[in-house]
Amino acid sequence: MSDPIVIVGAGQAGVALAAKLRALGHAGRLILIGDEKVPPYQRPPLSKKYVSGELDVERLLIRPRDWYAEQNVELRLEERVVALWPREHELTLSDGARLRYRRLALTSGARPRTLPAEIGGALPGVVTIRGLADADAIIPQLKPGMRLVVVGGGYIGLEAAAVTAAKGMQVTVIEAAERILQRVAAAETSAYFRELHRCHGVTIREAAGLERTEGVDGRVASVLLKDGTVLPADLVIVGIGVLPNDDLARAAGLAVENGISVDESGRTSDPDIFAAGDCASFPWQGVRTRLESVQNAIEQAEHAAAAMLGAAAPYNPVPWFWSDQYDVKLQIAGLNRGYDQVVVRPGKRPGSQSVWYYRQGVLIAVDAMNDALAYAFGKKALEGGKTIAPAIAADPTADLKAALG
Amino acid sequence: MPKVTWILKDGKEITADVPVGHNLMEAAVAKNVPNVIGECGGCLSCATCHVYVDPAWYAKTGAPDDMESDMLEITVAERKPTSRLSCQIKAVPELDGLILRVPYI
Ligand SMILES: Cc1cc2nc3c(=O)[nH]c(=O)nc-3n(C[C@H](O)[C@H](O)[C@H](O)COP(=O)(O)OP(=O)(O)OC[C@H]3O[C@@H](n4cnc5c(N)ncnc54)[C@H](O)[C@@H]3O)c2cc1C
Ligand code: FES
Repeated sequence: MSDPIVIVGAGQAGVALAAKLRALGHAGRLILIGDEKVPPYQRPPLSKKYVSGELDVERLLIRPRDWYAEQNVELRLEERVVALWPREHELTLSDGARLRYRRLALTSGARPRTLPAEIGGALPGVVTIRGLADADAIIPQLKPGMRLVVVGGGYIGLEAAAVTAAKGMQVTVIEAAERILQRVAAAETSAYFRELHRCHGVTIREAAGLERTEGVDGRVASVLLKDGTVLPADLVIVGIGVLPNDDLARAAGLAVENGISVDESGRTSDPDIFAAGDCASFPWQGVRTRLESVQNAIEQAEHAAAAMLGAAAPYNPVPWFWSDQYDVKLQIAGLNRGYDQVVVRPGKRPGSQSVWYYRQGVLIAVDAMNDALAYAFGKKALEGGKTIAPAIAADPTADLKAALG
Repeated sequence: MPKVTWILKDGKEITADVPVGHNLMEAAVAKNVPNVIGECGGCLSCATCHVYVDPAWYAKTGAPDDMESDMLEITVAERKPTSRLSCQIKAVPELDGLILRVPYI
């Protein structure tokens, strides 16, 4: 009984898991191990407010520094777990020391996909944004007038484009797919953001294949596209998605499929090991699913914590997500996977609009642009297992509240 | 620094000196005020920072703007006339002594 519960990965999910274990009354020894310098912090501002210098590090922290001691959580920073030994209930730290655990949680997050070194991905000046260290290295390089190329028109890439354009940089976003946000949103939402960026002077090139980045004197100087276009670049920010940190689990022989496979309560294929957050995939609506969001990190971690204490309950989320670009707040409720119908609802304010996704007539997601009411009622409908019919959603005069009954 | 007090359902009070410019969700989280969660980090997307402003103070905090008012539609606890999302209230000197009631979830 005296061996501790150990959590590997001190991020959004790790801290939520620790907090939930304590809230559920677990009084035993609890160790939270992370390889970064700073106590767990929020990542979303790293591509938003933090870049414009509106927040200092203390305000990014998920919990204040003294919280860990108060809650009797042994926070070990700048330590890396390098191997797991499920049969022995042990793990190995980077200094070679071994640590025994009674139960283990893996909340190791994800790492950015990078451009291959063969096409210039390793050149200085070609960067990704995942952690505070990345942001702190990039921010001093941002200067008005500088030419920035963002590779990848997903949410993080577009946010990076927005904050840097607002700082006076000349920004070009290149997207390999037919349209920005193709993987995550309908054409209507893509069109909204394409226009928004255009209005702010950002050039968006869609269906633009990247050939390579090229350096001069050991630093990136340009981006060459497949069609032969050369884009001069003082800095290249790569935002082409993330890969789950599932290597520890894989090496230890745990089931891995698009991340560490867990059951609906958060348990891996080893009964004493759990996982949650960006690193974990779980069965949801009949499909193995991995979500990359704060909502998922927190709620899945809380389910895993309950399961670790013997109170397993199925995790059946209504996912939500947000993105800030310029003065537009995008809020997303649900997951639009497999949608077959989309309707657009104009909002009550200029520039506000929502996009409603249906699968076989059933509401599955809403993207709301500066339209919190649409988000709120869309989310409420999804939480209650209700549908707001497409004809009602599309009619700006229809009362959503009444439609929910 | 303005002093802010959160009153919990059971009458327990938690008081903090909040740096000017910080929002009252982050101040509550820093003080471990139960039921003020702040999942979205203050970006008006979760409504988990819902509080009831003491009616005597409501004129000073002001009413929610449009977006916030819309988000108040999905609070877990009932919306009341002085409901606010505390991430949208910034600590300013005029709010010294402010009293907020934390909804019971
Ligand atoms: C720039 C940016 C913007 C974002 N914007 C949004 C947004 O607007 N809304 C939203 O919902 N989500 C957003 N996200 C996603 C969100 O931040 C993540 O989904 C969330 O942080 C996942 O939490 P996690 O705990 O699973 O992983 P993380 O927060 O990544 O934490 C994992 C931690 O584990 C550490 N670790 C990994 N392996 C080891 C090891 N072997 N030993 C020790 N430590 C280890 C990592 O270094 C890291 O500190 C954004 C992410 C980024 C990067
Ligand atoms: S913290 Fe999410 S709405 Fe206030």
